[in-house]
Amino acid sequence: MNQALVANPRLAAQSHFRTLRLGTPFQPRLDALAKTTDWYNWAGYRAPHSLWDEELEYFAIRSQCALFDISPMTKYRIEGPEAEAFCNKVTLRDVTKLKPGRVHYTAWCDDEGFVLDDGTLFRLSRTRFRLCSQERHLPWLLDSAIGFDVAIEEETEAVAGLALQGPTAFACLRAAGFAGLEKLKVFDLAEFPHEGGTVTISRTGFTGDLGYELFAERKLALSLWDRLMQAGEPHGIRAIGYTALNRARLEAGLIVANADFVTAEHAVRSNRTRMPDEIGLGFMIDPAKGHFNGRRAILEARAKKRLRHVLVGLEIDGNVPAEHAIVYHRKNREVGLVSAAMWSPMAKKNIAIASLDLPYGDTVTDDLWVEIYAMRELKYERLMKRTKVVPRPFIKLDRRTANPPADF
Amino acid sequence: MKTWDAIVIGGGHNGLVNACYLQRAGLDVLVVEKNGWVGGAATSRELTPGFLYSNCSYVCSLFRPEIMRDLELPRFGLQVIAYEGGAVLTQDGDYLGNYRDHDAHRREFARFSTRDAEAYDRYARDVTRQCRFIQPLLMRTAPDPTSWKPRDLGELLYLGKKFAGLSAEEMALTLRFWTMSISDFLDEYFETDVIKANFSISGIIGTALGPMSPGTAYVLLHHYMGEVDGSVGAWGYARGGMGAVTKALAASFQASGGTIRTGAEVERVLVKGCKAKGVVLAGGEEIYGKLVVSNADVKRTFLKLVEEKELPDVFLRRVKNFKIRGSSGKVNIALDSMPEFPALPKDSPCLRGDLHFTDSVERMERAYDDWKAGRWSADPFLDMMIPTTLDPTMAAPGKHFMSCFVQYAPPKVEGRDWTDADRDAFAETVVSQIATYSPGFRDRIVHMEVRTPREIEAEVGLTEGNIFQGELTFDQLLFNRPVPGYAQYRSPLGGLYICGSSTHPGGGVMGAPGRNAAKEILRDLARSDHHMSAAHDVI
Amino acid sequence: MTSSDRTAWDAIVVGGGHNGLVCAGLLVKSGRKVLVLEAASEAGGPARTEEFFPGFRVSTAHALNRLHPDVVRALELEKHGLDLSGSTPTPNPSPHGGGGLGGVGTSNPVETARTESPSPLRGRVRGGGIFAPSIALSHDGNPLVLHGAYGEALTGATASEQAAWKNLRAQLLRYAGVLKPFLSRRPPELGGGSFGDMAALGQAALAVKRLGREDMRDFLRVLLMNVHDLLDEQLTDDRLKGLLAFDAVLGSHLGPRSPTSLLGLYYRLTGEIGGAPGAQIVPRGGMGAMAAALRSAAERAGAAIRTDAIVSKILVENGRAVGIALANEEVIRADKIVSAINPAPTFLALVGAPHLDTGFVRKVKNIRMKGAVAKLHLALDGVPGFAAVEQADLHGRLVIAPSADHVERAFNPAKYGEFSPEPVMEITLPSLADPALAPAGGCVLSANVQYAPYALKEGWDAGKPKFLAAVMAQLEAYTPGIGGLVRHAELLTPADIEARYRMPGGHWHHGELQADQMLFSRPVSGWSGYDTPIEGLFLAGAGSHPGGGISGAPGMNAAKRVMERR
Repeated sequence: MNQALVANPRLAAQSHFRTLRLGTPFQPRLDALAKTTDWYNWAGYRAPHSLWDEELEYFAIRSQCALFDISPMTKYRIEGPEAEAFCNKVTLRDVTKLKPGRVHYTAWCDDEGFVLDDGTLFRLSRTRFRLCSQERHLPWLLDSAIGFDVAIEEETEAVAGLALQGPTAFACLRAAGFAGLEKLKVFDLAEFPHEGGTVTISRTGFTGDLGYELFAERKLALSLWDRLMQAGEPHGIRAIGYTALNRARLEAGLIVANADFVTAEHAVRSNRTRMPDEIGLGFMIDPAKGHFNGRRAILEARAKKRLRHVLVGLEIDGNVPAEHAIVYHRKNREVGLVSAAMWSPMAKKNIAIASLDLPYGDTVTDDLWVEIYAMRELKYERLMKRTKVVPRPFIKLDRRTANPPADF
Repeated sequence: MKTWDAIVIGGGHNGLVNACYLQRAGLDVLVVEKNGWVGGAATSRELTPGFLYSNCSYVCSLFRPEIMRDLELPRFGLQVIAYEGGAVLTQDGDYLGNYRDHDAHRREFARFSTRDAEAYDRYARDVTRQCRFIQPLLMRTAPDPTSWKPRDLGELLYLGKKFAGLSAEEMALTLRFWTMSISDFLDEYFETDVIKANFSISGIIGTALGPMSPGTAYVLLHHYMGEVDGSVGAWGYARGGMGAVTKALAASFQASGGTIRTGAEVERVLVKGCKAKGVVLAGGEEIYGKLVVSNADVKRTFLKLVEEKELPDVFLRRVKNFKIRGSSGKVNIALDSMPEFPALPKDSPCLRGDLHFTDSVERMERAYDDWKAGRWSADPFLDMMIPTTLDPTMAAPGKHFMSCFVQYAPPKVEGRDWTDADRDAFAETVVSQIATYSPGFRDRIVHMEVRTPREIEAEVGLTEGNIFQGELTFDQLLFNRPVPGYAQYRSPLGGLYICGSSTHPGGGVMGAPGRNAAKEILRDLARSDHHMSAAHDVI
Repeated sequence: MTSSDRTAWDAIVVGGGHNGLVCAGLLVKSGRKVLVLEAASEAGGPARTEEFFPGFRVSTAHALNRLHPDVVRALELEKHGLDLSGSTPTPNPSPHGGGGLGGVGTSNPVETARTESPSPLRGRVRGGGIFAPSIALSHDGNPLVLHGAYGEALTGATASEQAAWKNLRAQLLRYAGVLKPFLSRRPPELGGGSFGDMAALGQAALAVKRLGREDMRDFLRVLLMNVHDLLDEQLTDDRLKGLLAFDAVLGSHLGPRSPTSLLGLYYRLTGEIGGAPGAQIVPRGGMGAMAAALRSAAERAGAAIRTDAIVSKILVENGRAVGIALANEEVIRADKIVSAINPAPTFLALVGAPHLDTGFVRKVKNIRMKGAVAKLHLALDGVPGFAAVEQADLHGRLVIAPSADHVERAFNPAKYGEFSPEPVMEITLPSLADPALAPAGGCVLSANVQYAPYALKEGWDAGKPKFLAAVMAQLEAYTPGIGGLVRHAELLTPADIEARYRMPGGHWHHGELQADQMLFSRPVSGWSGYDTPIEGLFLAGAGSHPGGGISGAPGMNAAKRVMERR
């Protein structure tokens, strides 16, 4: 049997059932720091909601720098002479405008123009890309590749990822010795040496703050972590969990698949699917760029005015978060639902992202109300609060885009 | 001489469900059962000392939670233990496991194909969408499309609206589900044979069709419907064997004042002036009832219990044309120790679920070819499980009861009746298949009960031993089940109803036919049915 | 390229098979300038006649049973030389072997029909010709014959079987009749159906209601049933059941026991010749005459037909088809492109997946189209004899399918990529209808043989000689001594048919004609109405609704659609 196990990786992989939640490449470090042992299931991995104090973890993002393990994010490697054309067909934005060494945030749709997912596309070279996403899409990507000279490989487990976010992120990385990092503008990426290998660093993030994302081979993970933690110590580096990150992303006005919209391949109720225009991603659509999946349906829906929903930022009176509250027009007509909400410590406002039924949120924006059920010691305090549609992001930090990045 | 309000022929689970609902509506109900015990095909029997056998149906899957609640089955002792996994063992010494955890499931598939692992979600979504569409139909009486009655038109409109409420893509998918073979259907999602074999299982169990037969995609849905809306324990063992289901039903029935007579075989239905008046038992005893409900299948009811002259020709022709096809057998085995499956790790949860040994669609289909030729499968499809891994009440500690559902077994062997020698040879194919994957298996066998369609028909009364009381093909579903024109649990004879799995929505230990029939009967009697829960909403 | 070239053609039809010709003919008649591009050196697709051995010619499609009357009318095919009265056997040397009643040839078969068996027993007589009978051959020299339009009269069976058949035939025709109106229109759209769609569905519902209560119930019950069960319910004669089972599954990857297989028989019976549903003929002059009439109709009306023109690309600009490129890189532009070839190569090879949405590409790739029918052509030294088959019936269709179970058994291996060791087949002797097909004294035998799966596990290089031997052995059993008459045998496996006619999978219907690939799902759901996701590109081949067979219906419906779209 042992010999068979060695010879056949399929047999060797049998024992996975004993570990339902895999550790990430950084797990030894996370385990050591996880004082709250507050784990959740991120795509089959054990990921921290918080590590030590979710409030302070949030403030680490905004005042120091926060290290967040993004390894469980689904990653695909896309490579070949026609990789660019392939990405251009699959995703909404014009990939011919994405230069090597650049990253963009994009989304992709099915034939009916419903969003399958959003994610980031890294152009590592002329012929090599990395697509990072929430959901898994291998069959879709492989079937989309028919007719293209391109190879696609799932590399989630092979590649470790970290996000380092916050005002001192740059200082921390510079201290860690990543020379030349200051040249990276927002959405730039470059490769840096590490332990005989390379780490790809991009000036990207999910916080609306100054920040970077780092990707490296799995085996480099722990040394990379240690390098950052050591160098970052004087700059206040802190490892954080998802709760803190989720607050930061909401302040930045960013949406999360299957939280703020339902992805098309997972929607059991077909009316839950959304077109890009309906979740604020209309800006990605480039009708002039040539064919892309869903183009026909999206343009037809626009032309025939078949769009039904709009995703908006809301500011709500008071300071009680309105998570999953119903939005009303004139306090009586249901017009939508809040998908994410919080009291923003940065903006000092009660903010939310909501999905509204058109024309509400678009041409009708006055007299909107949110009904909040605030559970207080086993009693719902029911509040009807006035709300107004506001542009996202809810906070805009100059340091995110400042060049060169500030050395706090 | 006493006249009962209702006499139910047959104490199977649907007969008992029906009787419970009628009794609770205030009727005085008698259940007559030919065997010395109730349960029909859902029984637990001690066939060898110390071992309780679920010797016919072996798994609780589709039983409607609304019925469980109405009839207070948990109060009367029913416990369902969900099983923890399942596997298909492969010929190369590996296995494909089914795990309840979503990510474990994906990783297991990824051992065979990363693509298939990531294709599963879309497949699951599509199956779920269909189940959501069909499930609400289970507890409704099918409309008669030829009728102009407001009720039938209303029900047709309901169906039409439901269908019209689907998106174009979902409509297309629905049509595909109703017409495709499970094999072709799976080809559109998966590339790995063992993964397709794994999903094909639900497409063929209980039918005389192979995985490559069109229509088997629907059969898969029939097996999946129990799982919609996360009904806990959708698939599981009844603690104490499947008899626990009917035992609880019988207890519920008796607690509400109902009467059960076992050892009372009905020879025929008493008919006077086109109306059922009662039953005549073997031996000649007559029992009178204002109405008679038959839990027997449609052929047994109308071709054996009622004289031909009492029935219209068109109806008789259709009953004769109803396809009840024996396609399966059962081998029940008492073991003196837990069998080993070297391919499976000893701590695998898959052992506490259903195991299979046919690792390709082709092997399953070839097993079906044997059936078409009138032979039992040389390399059969087995749905094998060891309930005692989860239920300590069925055998002494360390001892085990193994249930093997076997496909395919024809109702007749090359045109002639089964013989005992056939039966033994049939059992040998089963044992030898298991032994291939479980060294030393034969030595653990303490006792074995082999049931070919012959034995199932003789004991349970199911025509040809068909577990669904009739094939689940489109020509025998909804308003065609059991026969067009009589899909509403009534018959051409006044006062005679049918409530078995021959009727909509079909087989499985679901209880819906018995319940739906009760609803129609109470409607005819203008009695209240407020004690019957409506089907849970699917939202 | 000059600018006038750009507008030279209103439409280019890719593929000069019969549907391409029908579509082109109708478009030309509407005043459009149409160019037909055919890859082979002759138009007509499998209906064209080719020499397979010096002096012996045959067409792969060998009988007409569903050429749509609207096509015949609109293209005035009878003016262009199509004689739908059906051919009659010409004087021929006595059949060899077999013996039986067929030994004596008569110069006037119509006469024979009349004298031997008073009408209508011998079938319908039209304009001096007769519908080709179907003969269910039997081992023991007791053939059963369906005369006239699909067995208006049945000989060779017991009286009770004749009565049962009469009932069943009437029932099948009634039910097929309900479905027939769908042949000549776009399939209704699922979801957002138009008023026309609703009306068509309403009409169908009304037609079902009009059957009467009990008949309607039976209709709804048997609609998706398997043919085997239905035959068992109503008939007892194995020969008759074998023939009907064979007809139901001919050209598809189904056995008679496969649920939904009855639809194949309905499909056949929605066809008609000269107003007689279910009828079949071999046109005077053979199938070549039919192809010639289609070509002539299109050309005389003004269509240009270019042969040896292999289209390598459909040019798409900004989501719109604007022309084609030939293999020699010549570019021809047109306002509309109509593809009368198979949908899979149309989209995957000519348009290219990069221009199409992924879900659509998936659907196209999922169209099942692995053919299971092989075509046998024999150059014979004389007319073979079949035991007890009369001379007059030799111009019909001779079927070897001894029982429905036999057909099912023949199907079994096909599921696993193996050919039938005892195949089933339908045989015609086309040179009896068109003596020009064979040299004097010679005879051509043409047979559709099932099951020969496209993807043979052992590969057709190794499998073909074995399969040919199995086919010949089967033939020898029904016409002893035929082996001695064979001067040349050509067996076209689905792989050969694919290569010769550019029909993927060698599939007649350009896609399985099964319930899930019919109507709104043909060729793929969402795009069943001859339109495609590429603006200006239309489909017109058998891969579209209603399906294959020499009907011209897809070509005709497509032409209507093209005209609707300005």
